[in-house]
Amino acid sequence: MDIFIQQLANGLIIGSIYALIALGYTMVYGILGLINFAHGDVVMVGAMTTVTILSALIGFNLGIPPALLLVVAVLCALPVCALLGFGIERIAYRPLRHAPRLAPLITGIGVSIVLQNLAMMVWGRGYQRFPEVLVSDPYTILGARITTYQVWTFVLAIVLMLGLWVLVQRTRLGRAMRATAQSDRVAQLMGVNVNRVISSVFMLGSSLGCVAGVMYTASYGQASATMGFLLGLKAFSAAVLGGIGNIRGAVLGGFVLGVIEAMGAGYLSDWTGGLMGSEYKDIFAFLVLIAVLMVRPSGLLGERVSERA
Amino acid sequence: MTEAIPTKISNGHGHGTHPMLEFQDISKAFGGVQALKNVCLQVEQGSIHGLIGPNGAGKTTLFNVMTGMYQADAGVFMLDGEHVSLKTSPQELAKKGVARTFQNIRLFNEMTALENVMVGQHSQTKTGLIGAILRTPAARREEAAIRTEALRLIEYVGLSREVACRVAKTLSYGDQRRLEIARALALKPRLLALDEPAAGMNPTETAQLQDLIRRLHADGMTIVLIEHDVGLMMRLCDRITVLDFGQKIACGTPDEIRHDENVIRAYLGGDAVSHVGK
Amino acid sequence: MKTQILPHVAARSSLSKKIAFGLLTVALILMPFVLGLAGPSWVRTADYALLYCMLALGLNIVVGYAGLLDLGYIAFYALGAYMVAVLASPHLNIHVSPWLLIPIGAGFAGLFGAILGAPTLKLRGDYLAIVTLGFGEIVRLFMQNLDRPINITNGTQGISGIDGLSLFGANFGSGFDLFGSHYNGAYLYYYLFLVLVLIIIAICMRLENSRIGRAWVAIREDELAAKAMGINTRNIKLYAFAMGASFGGVAGGMFASFQGFVDPTSFGLMESIMVLCMVVLGGMGNIAGVIVGAVLLTLTPEALRAAIHPLQDALFGRQVVDPDNVRMLIFGLALVAMILFRPEGLIPSRRRKEEFHHD
Repeated sequence: MDIFIQQLANGLIIGSIYALIALGYTMVYGILGLINFAHGDVVMVGAMTTVTILSALIGFNLGIPPALLLVVAVLCALPVCALLGFGIERIAYRPLRHAPRLAPLITGIGVSIVLQNLAMMVWGRGYQRFPEVLVSDPYTILGARITTYQVWTFVLAIVLMLGLWVLVQRTRLGRAMRATAQSDRVAQLMGVNVNRVISSVFMLGSSLGCVAGVMYTASYGQASATMGFLLGLKAFSAAVLGGIGNIRGAVLGGFVLGVIEAMGAGYLSDWTGGLMGSEYKDIFAFLVLIAVLMVRPSGLLGERVSERA
Repeated sequence: MTEAIPTKISNGHGHGTHPMLEFQDISKAFGGVQALKNVCLQVEQGSIHGLIGPNGAGKTTLFNVMTGMYQADAGVFMLDGEHVSLKTSPQELAKKGVARTFQNIRLFNEMTALENVMVGQHSQTKTGLIGAILRTPAARREEAAIRTEALRLIEYVGLSREVACRVAKTLSYGDQRRLEIARALALKPRLLALDEPAAGMNPTETAQLQDLIRRLHADGMTIVLIEHDVGLMMRLCDRITVLDFGQKIACGTPDEIRHDENVIRAYLGGDAVSHVGK
Repeated sequence: MKTQILPHVAARSSLSKKIAFGLLTVALILMPFVLGLAGPSWVRTADYALLYCMLALGLNIVVGYAGLLDLGYIAFYALGAYMVAVLASPHLNIHVSPWLLIPIGAGFAGLFGAILGAPTLKLRGDYLAIVTLGFGEIVRLFMQNLDRPINITNGTQGISGIDGLSLFGANFGSGFDLFGSHYNGAYLYYYLFLVLVLIIIAICMRLENSRIGRAWVAIREDELAAKAMGINTRNIKLYAFAMGASFGGVAGGMFASFQGFVDPTSFGLMESIMVLCMVVLGGMGNIAGVIVGAVLLTLTPEALRAAIHPLQDALFGRQVVDPDNVRMLIFGLALVAMILFRPEGLIPSRRRKEEFHHD
């Protein structure tokens, strides 16, 4: 029973990270009908940039509490990611709005390759360690060991998701986003600047991804230039699981996938009699994706894709 | 999906007097929209049967049910006296002998005209991967036979041999429509469903199309036809069924339809009834 | 009236065609010796180029003919390679003749092609891509972790000492002597791979002009209309997956014998994407285009690598960045540029050009 609660807790926390990244995928797919292959690498850039800035700031020995330095570092990395998202859309996707769908998929792959290799050129192929900023003793709730940091991760993720929800439902931009997602042609006729909306969606998704990337790095203690691919794939699976294009779906999908993965990692050895251990845990995201697409392709909460897609 | 108990028991595959196609109480809904409601249709063997109605009346939907692209929710579907399950796939219906053309011309644009018609013969031929790779004598014979037949069909619809070698996308609009008919004929169908074959054609092309349809009729083909060109329909069709808002509102000979009150009301509005057809 | 791949070819006289063909044959036979003058590693590069030609032609069936976007194609390469590695090496001390393993590998990979393709048959284009990507990763993960409880694949270390091919008692690896000079094994493998590529080309050409080939193109062009023609789209798609996979399996087996060792890192997503790019950039659905794509994308990185090293020395006096990163970076940029400016590929098939430049 202990394992169950522990893994449940772990699953929810990693799930919240997946959810934040999944939001980026789902918003883009909902409006443009394309998979932003480069999104995972934008997350990576956010993580690596933050770690670098944080390490530098700590190195200056300014006497400021490291947690605060972390906030500063993230705030510095956010515009980098937002700008990156904006640039990717402008250069690699916008010219291909009317091309067959294979085209932006391939440019997305190209951008992903570029980002990964640029990162490797800047930071090398190895891991960047996340500085020991948030060490605290874990305490036990209901049999699961959780650190304060993990709680903060979860809370922050929920806050961000709620913030996005409010933005989408209550603001002018959000209304424009929803209109564009339904039908960009009609939205344009209503006076919505569709290009600006699409850019905003990319910047928003990239920013959320940046924060998620930092959380992920803090959780696992390190980041590397190639972390974006797997992370992106899992988050995309989460988005599909919840229903692509559906914001609540991305959130739900993220949590569900996180829990499934954690449960799998915890119990796989038992289930297979030691044959397969937790090194196979990455498979779960794929298996979930395949299962969803075969059994219920519109996802748990139903997909919301624009009429162009 | 429910299927009503058929009111007619099939007498087997004979020729005989049963209709080539029969719909009894066919209904189809999409979410809240009732696209077809209790539609009854009887297409006699060897006849040309027209389907007309205002836009959105459900004509293409009915065609889609006929060819398996939509699955009706309820009703009875009989083809040449045989009961057809409402769940039948397009491929199976093609094999049963229902061929169609499309409102928006759906040729295989990359292929040549000849290849398009050759594809139509797919379900009647059987060369597989091994035969193709090894070019067995049987494979070569079948390929030659397919090619000969495809050429024959292309000429039958009035296209020249030169056209056969050209890529489908480069053909003129009228030629493309005729090519689509040739491709449909390649299935050796019992029933040919033509969805607005004259759309976008100039008068010369329309006249050629009319001749083609008459030729098919003379050769014994059963044809169902959707068209907006009312004159064409009146000249060609033996019987016409009129749909409006997914329901059949009239069925009869062209003359009967021309004077039918319900039809006039559907097309021209209630006031017109008293003015037209006198 | 055979299908024309390049319409203007028909216009050339048949004599000049024969001359061109003859010249090409001579060039291909002499190629390794010419390349050898530039350095022995170039012959090995040519061998790899031929292997990639096989892969590109295989993927061309799936993506080019049938229009199924497969991002996990390298899995079949991996299966073929590991099959030979396990069955013809000291690892488990089984030594089946690699010649026998060519058809077995083809069949094995083909079967897996159908198995992995089956769940994807009803999926939309992008989803198909992602699921196949997932399958590719799963296969790689299994290759990496099947070292316990029974050690089949030797995990991350891979399997080495794989038997090379031998003919008439002479091992390919030991090379041969001609006119007093010794030529290493890479030359022999070159001719073997060349023959295999030619066989595969012949198979592809026959498939193109066959009932199944037409069905593939029909499905790619308009799946619904294809169904209306009575085509069993399910089975036809499975044929495409199986056929393409079998070529990958053959190439993988040859790779294992040639290189002498295999490990999971050779079979990642990047390799799948590479092969896809060879097909897409060379000209989807077009045999000649795909071959050009394969050769170009194999040779260019080597040329770049040869150029970048001295370039960095000249500019910075030392190696600042890993040349591999630079060449991958250029590759990524080239990919984006290619799609933006010439998406139909270098030698496009008819329709693609119109699809991308319709106005």
